[in-house]
Amino acid sequence: MSAFLLILILFAQTPPRGNAETGRTLFMKIGCYQCHGREAQGSTATGPRLNQNPITYTRFVSYIRKPSGEMPPYTAKVVSEQQAADIFAFLQSLPKPPAVESIPLLRQ
Amino acid sequence: MSKPRKFSSTRRKFLKGAAVAGAATIAPPTEAGLKARPVPRIAPLQDARAETTTPAEVDVLTSDHCGSDFMVDVLRSLDLDYVCANPGSSFRALHESIINYGGNQKPEFITCCHEESSVGMAHGYSKIEGKPLGVLAHGTVGLQHAAMAIYNAYCDRVPIFIVVGNTIDATMRRPGVEWMHSVQDAASIVRDFVKWDDTPISLQHFAESAARAFKVTMTPPMEPVLIVADSELQERPLAEKDKLRVQRVTRTSPPQGDSGAVAEAAKLLVAAQSPVIIADRAARTAAGMKYLVDLADILQAPVIDQGGRMNFPSHHPLNQSSRGRALIADADVILGLELTDFWGSVNAYRDQLERSSRRITKAGAKLISITAGDLYIKSNYQDFERYPEIDIAMAADAEATLPALTEAVKRLVTADRKNAFQARGTKLAAAHQTTLDQARVDATYGWDASPISTARLFAEVWAQIKNEDWSLVSSSQSNWPARLWKFDRYYQHIGGSGGAGVGYGAPAAVGAALANKKYGRLTVNVQNDGDLMYAPGVLWTAAHHRIPLLSVMHNNRAYHQEVMHLQRMANRHNRGIERAAIGTTIEDPNIDYSKLAQSMGLYAEGPITDPKELGPALKRAIAAVKRGEPALLDVVTQPR
Repeated sequence: MSAFLLILILFAQTPPRGNAETGRTLFMKIGCYQCHGREAQGSTATGPRLNQNPITYTRFVSYIRKPSGEMPPYTAKVVSEQQAADIFAFLQSLPKPPAVESIPLLRQ
Repeated sequence: MSKPRKFSSTRRKFLKGAAVAGAATIAPPTEAGLKARPVPRIAPLQDARAETTTPAEVDVLTSDHCGSDFMVDVLRSLDLDYVCANPGSSFRALHESIINYGGNQKPEFITCCHEESSVGMAHGYSKIEGKPLGVLAHGTVGLQHAAMAIYNAYCDRVPIFIVVGNTIDATMRRPGVEWMHSVQDAASIVRDFVKWDDTPISLQHFAESAARAFKVTMTPPMEPVLIVADSELQERPLAEKDKLRVQRVTRTSPPQGDSGAVAEAAKLLVAAQSPVIIADRAARTAAGMKYLVDLADILQAPVIDQGGRMNFPSHHPLNQSSRGRALIADADVILGLELTDFWGSVNAYRDQLERSSRRITKAGAKLISITAGDLYIKSNYQDFERYPEIDIAMAADAEATLPALTEAVKRLVTADRKNAFQARGTKLAAAHQTTLDQARVDATYGWDASPISTARLFAEVWAQIKNEDWSLVSSSQSNWPARLWKFDRYYQHIGGSGGAGVGYGAPAAVGAALANKKYGRLTVNVQNDGDLMYAPGVLWTAAHHRIPLLSVMHNNRAYHQEVMHLQRMANRHNRGIERAAIGTTIEDPNIDYSKLAQSMGLYAEGPITDPKELGPALKRAIAAVKRGEPALLDVVTQPR
C-alpha cells in the first residue's frame, strides 16, 4: 500500500473534531433527547442509554444514518458530518454517574 | 313509533285518572268554558301561561313517589356504592330520588365536572374494587362527552354500569333545549363499544334490564353496559309500587377452558424445554395473581407480565418481564393469558418508511392462548389486533382456568422433569437478580439532573411510600416502578387505560382512590401533564368528596409520544427536524399545575425542578393525604 493511499484511508477514518458544547445544543435541538433523555441516560421504553456506552465514531455515524431498529434515520441532509461529530463529542464528554452505593435511595 | 305512543298514552291515562280523583275538590273546566277561553297568539308556555293561568289538564301537581324512586331500589339491588355524574335534566328525577329518597347512600352521588371524568372514575374504581360503579349521563350531550372514556373501559375489559336520561315521547318534551337533548336511539353512539344496552319502556322492564345489564357487565369479558332511563318513566308518579319487583341478580360463573384443551396445554408445558408464560389481563382478582404464581412455581417457568393487570409479583424470581423478547425468541412453548395482542407479542414490528414485521419465535414453537376475548368480538373498532396463529386456543377466562391447568400440570410432572424445572428456575432466579441490580445502576444516570429524571422521581416516591399500605393507580411509560418498586399485592397496580385514549389517567386515579379510601390505603398517581389537561375538573371532585390521593406530576411539558412521532416523520422526509415541538409541546406559557390544583381546593406545591427538593415535598404532600385530602406536586421531569 502506498503511503499516499494510507494517508487517504486514515484521513477518511478520522472523525471531524467535535465540539461537546455545540453537541449538547444539537442533542436537544434535533431531538436526540426525546428518546434518549437529556442526559443521554436512555429509557427502556424509547431508546438506549448513550451516556457511558462507548461505540466508535464510525459505528455511531453509520447507525444514525441507517438505523437497523426503530430509530428514525438522520441522513446527511439533516445532520452534517460536523454536527454528528459534535454530538459524538458531547456523548463522550458526559461524566460517569455516581456509584449506586453512594445513593442511599438506590441501596437495597 | 310504538314506544312513544305507549309512554304518551300511559301518562295521559294517569292525568285523566288524576283529574277524576280530584273532581270532588276541584271543579274541572267545562268544555264550553275551555272553548270560550282566549287562545294566546304565541305560546310562551314556560312563562306567562304557566304562571298566570290554571293548567288545563293537570290537576295534581305533586306526588310522594315517582318512577325514579323505584329505579333507586333497583340500583341498590346491584350493590352500586356510587354514581358519578355531571348533573343533567334528562335524569333530574333520578338524581333527586338518589339524594332524597335514597338518602344519598348506596349509591352516593359523586359530582363530576365532565362525563369523561365520570366514566374514567368508574373505570379506576372498578379495577380496585372488582365491581362496577354507576354513571349517569344525558343521553345526548353527556354520552357524547363520555364516549372516549367508555371506549377505554371497553378496550380494558372493565365493568361499568351506565344509565342515560332521555325523553323519548316527543309530545312530552319541553320546547327548546330538551329537544336537542333527546334522541331516538340514545345508545347508538356508543353501541360499538358497550357490551349490551337497552331502552326499557316500563319500570318493570327497567328492573329486568338493569339486572341483565349487571350480569352481562360482570361476566368475562367484562365490558361497560348501558340502560336508558326515559324521563317519563323517571318522573311519572309511582302509583302501584307493590306490583313492581326488583329482580334477583345471580352472577354468572366465568367460563373455564375445555378440559381436553387444558390437558393438552399441560402436556406441552411440562414437556417444554423453554416455556414462557405471558400475562396481560390475566388476574381479575387477587386470587388470579396467586393462581399464576402457583402455575409458574410448579413449572419454574418465566413470567412476562405485560401489565394490563397486577398479574405477578415484581420481585418473584420468575418475573422476567424485562427480558421478555429474548425469552420469547428462545421459547418452545408460549402460554398467553388474556393477551391484548398475541401477534404483537411474538412478532417484531418496524415503523420505518416500509413497515415490516417478522416472527421472533423459533420455528415449531407452540402457542397456547386462554382468553375470554375469543368469546366476544365486534366489527367496527379494531381493538382485537392482528390475527395470531395459535396451536391451542381456549375461549375461556384465564383466571378461572388456571387452577385446572395447574392441577393438570402437577399430574404430569415426573421426578426427572422436576429436576429439570429446578435447574431452570435457578438460572432464572440469577437472571432476575441481575436485572434488579442493573436497574439500580441505570437509575444513577441523570440522577441529579434537572429536569428531574424519571428514575429519580420514582425512587424518591418509593422511599416515601414503601412502608405504607400503598396503591399505585397510574401506569408509567418509563417502566421505572416495575424496575425499582416491590409490587406484591393485587391493588398495587391497576394497569392502563385500555384504549390509549388520553385523559384516562386523572379520573381513573381519583376513582381508584375513592375505592381505596375505605381500606385506608395510600393511593399514588404519577400524573402525566397532557392527560390532566383533558378534564382537570376531576381534581375538584377529589377535593369536594374528600378523596385522599397523592398525585405527582410527570410534567415533561409535552405530549411526548407525539413529539417522537413528529420527529419520526420529519426525519423520514429529510426536513425540518428542529420543528417537532410545534403542536406537540405544552410550553409558552408553562402550566402551573400547583396553582391549578390549589384553585380547586387541593394541597399543592411546585413546580419542582431541583431533585433535592422532591423528597421533602413528598413528605409534606403525603401528610396532607393522610389528613384525608388530595394533594398534588408539580414535578418538571425528563421526557421518559
